[in-house]
Amino acid sequence: MSAESQLTSIPGPHDIHRKVLKNGITILVRSNFHSASVTLSGILGAGSLYDPSDKLGLANFTALALMRGTQKYDFQTIFDRLESAGTSMGFGASVHNTSVGGRALAEDLPLLVETLTDCILHPVFPQQYFDRLKNQLLTGLAIRAQDTAGMASLTFDKLLFPQHPYGLPEDGYPETLAAISRQDLVDFHQAHYGPLNMVIVVVGAVEADKVFDLFENHLGSWTNPQAGQEPQFPPIQPPGSTLREHIHIPGKSQADIVMGTLGPKRNVPEYLAVSLGNNILGQFGMMGRIGEVVREKAGLAYYASTSVNAWIEGGSWEVSAGVNPANIERAINLIIEELRRFKDEPVLQSELEDSKANYIGRLPLALESNAGVANALLNLERFNLGLDYYQRYPQLVNEVTVEQVLQVAQRYLDPEKLVIASAGPLAATGS
Amino acid sequence: MTDPITLINLKNGLKVLLKEIHTSPIISHWVWYRVGSRYETPGKTGISHWVEHMQFKGTPTFPAGVLDRAISRDGGLWNAFTHLDWTTFFETMPADKVDLSIGLEADRMINSIYDKDEVDSERTVIISEREGNENDPLFKLEEAMQLAAFKFHPYRNEVLGSIEDLRAITRDDLYGHYRTYYNPANAVLALTGDFNTDEMIKKISDQYEPIQAAPVPPLADLKEPPLEQEERIEVNGPGETTYLEMTWRAPAASEEDFFTMTVLDSLMTGPSSLNMFGGGGISNKTSRLYRALVEKEMAVSINGSLQATIGPYLYGITATVRPDSSPEKVLQTIDDEIARLLDAPVTQEEIDRAAKQARAMFVYGSENITNQGFWLGYSEMFSDYDWFLNYVENLEKVTPEKLLAAAREYLIPQRRVIGIYRPQEAQS
Repeated sequence: MSAESQLTSIPGPHDIHRKVLKNGITILVRSNFHSASVTLSGILGAGSLYDPSDKLGLANFTALALMRGTQKYDFQTIFDRLESAGTSMGFGASVHNTSVGGRALAEDLPLLVETLTDCILHPVFPQQYFDRLKNQLLTGLAIRAQDTAGMASLTFDKLLFPQHPYGLPEDGYPETLAAISRQDLVDFHQAHYGPLNMVIVVVGAVEADKVFDLFENHLGSWTNPQAGQEPQFPPIQPPGSTLREHIHIPGKSQADIVMGTLGPKRNVPEYLAVSLGNNILGQFGMMGRIGEVVREKAGLAYYASTSVNAWIEGGSWEVSAGVNPANIERAINLIIEELRRFKDEPVLQSELEDSKANYIGRLPLALESNAGVANALLNLERFNLGLDYYQRYPQLVNEVTVEQVLQVAQRYLDPEKLVIASAGPLAATGS
Repeated sequence: MTDPITLINLKNGLKVLLKEIHTSPIISHWVWYRVGSRYETPGKTGISHWVEHMQFKGTPTFPAGVLDRAISRDGGLWNAFTHLDWTTFFETMPADKVDLSIGLEADRMINSIYDKDEVDSERTVIISEREGNENDPLFKLEEAMQLAAFKFHPYRNEVLGSIEDLRAITRDDLYGHYRTYYNPANAVLALTGDFNTDEMIKKISDQYEPIQAAPVPPLADLKEPPLEQEERIEVNGPGETTYLEMTWRAPAASEEDFFTMTVLDSLMTGPSSLNMFGGGGISNKTSRLYRALVEKEMAVSINGSLQATIGPYLYGITATVRPDSSPEKVLQTIDDEIARLLDAPVTQEEIDRAAKQARAMFVYGSENITNQGFWLGYSEMFSDYDWFLNYVENLEKVTPEKLLAAAREYLIPQRRVIGIYRPQEAQS
């Protein structure tokens, strides 16, 4: 392995440049001159947690409409400038944030920053484009209603987080989307878009000072005193008993299952123990223990795996599988058995060592591209992990013990109190 | 993209391509076999894909679970893909674990077990994979369109195979397919990443050269005449969304016209990316059909598809129809746009723009060593690595005249298939 590769592969305080502008925008830059491109990732407040209950989907709608026309450029001009340069850019929204992503040849970074600024600061939401986008979004929801995996996931979230925006779809429901007007977008933008919690990450063939100057010039004077504190929601509680719901979608060949319970917040100390435990349970190799039982031994599914989604106020720990409708109950029972085993018995030391080696070994793979690094840097800032987190990471992983994995399994997983969502045809109508 | 490539041919016919990249301490090791659905016979559709699955079921040296564990322990990423013309297996690993990749791929080139119980268990997994795909209306539509576009050429078959064949294929069928097509003379090895070429040639030769080559039976003549008249098909199924798809026969990847059609597709439906592992693409909102269909409230989205293949495959355009429009209106508009292409030559500026977009996407994709490994072997499956190296240059050589000639030759209404997916009230 070359010394050059070793030095450049893991970002840390030595090569991550961080600056906070006076208006609160945090900028992180990591230069990489191996490739002639730059990747940009960013977040600001304005997530779907601000959506009124009768207008769910508003944050996402607003984010997607930002590029449909500004005071300076119309829709076709915005995209003609970007596409002619081979550049891409897009906005979206999650529960806590509106996000932006972009990619350009290094020489076109100014175009990317100028476009981003123009769309965030001066969108005009033309009525014609508002109507067209609404139609596109409604079609997206009609397609979602036929997507067994998507509907199982949507139902799982709804049952697991009944009192919290984590349980609501960022893209809304047909009736809430239909209720949104152009003025709602204007108001949402005015009320919730501001620089205070904005984070921008740029990775690629550019010097940090040039990036800082670009953003200082474009967004340095942006203020919005209106954009304020996030609303408070009731504490997230685990399910008191097993909740089960099936969404009937006739005419499909496969049913999808999403089941599980609450998981940790991202910034809790036990996060890595949960994550490593999850790797053993349903990720490692061919989807861990769950994959071994459901796919390899029973041959029930093409996929059966687990995931931990850790956010700011809570998270989920879930198992997903796609099965023939006739096998839904059998797969659910096999999964519950594995969850019981995982909660009752410590994992083998060899299993934990395997997963630790996997986590440490795969870090350079996750960080080889500009996009991978940009995503990693955004997480550092978002969850206050520290600029040296990826350099400390191997040590943090190695400190996790079998006992800790058992403790977190017992703290989070209760196989007798699960949320179980499925979607697809009933067994009799399956193929 | 411009780093030097080393090409060697082992005595047993294995072609090896090596490219040192020292930006990250990882390697990406690929073995490509010249087998896919193109090599399948009636009754055995899907067998190449199933063989790909069985290649993960172990050898005497690396039994099933051992392989998974060995790769995953080292933080490796591994997978395999089966397509029309090829099947490929890759591992992206920390650079100091390259011996494991080389060892296991050389081993499973000849020593896979194909245990009968494993075959039976995998049958249901593959049927489940197919059922998952069947949930997507576009899968059903495209499968029906392939069958209409080719009458006997094996490109007509879905790579996953028909459900009937998946139920009937036996362990011996699978093992026979494996032994026929998996050997060094029918394979290409591509390796990119953080290594020393001289050292790597020795490692590869040590592991692969002892494997004996075997002749691969020649394929029957696969040439199929063009369609003589337009075919229209309709697929009905659940949902609320209508899709329109059109296909025409396309040039083979090695033909000059392939590059012309790539530019044509870029103008009509937006630029396509050859990046399979990150790097992403570019939006298509200024393409001609986006302007004509999405901006005119007839479609929600539009995209094109042109695949690099050994023989002539298909060029396709797919539109998601707006609920307040109709597939017939969308079809008429596409026809109008094709007529405009034939009537008024495109400008050189439009062609230059398509080439710049392709160049930018290559730069994005080249950040990723796995992408570079993919590119190195991929182009060998239907042409050679020069195809890839000269890709952008060949796009730049397209002229308005060539584009007009290609549109006239390929986009002939009598030789196309039109497919509509129309939602219906589902039976419960």
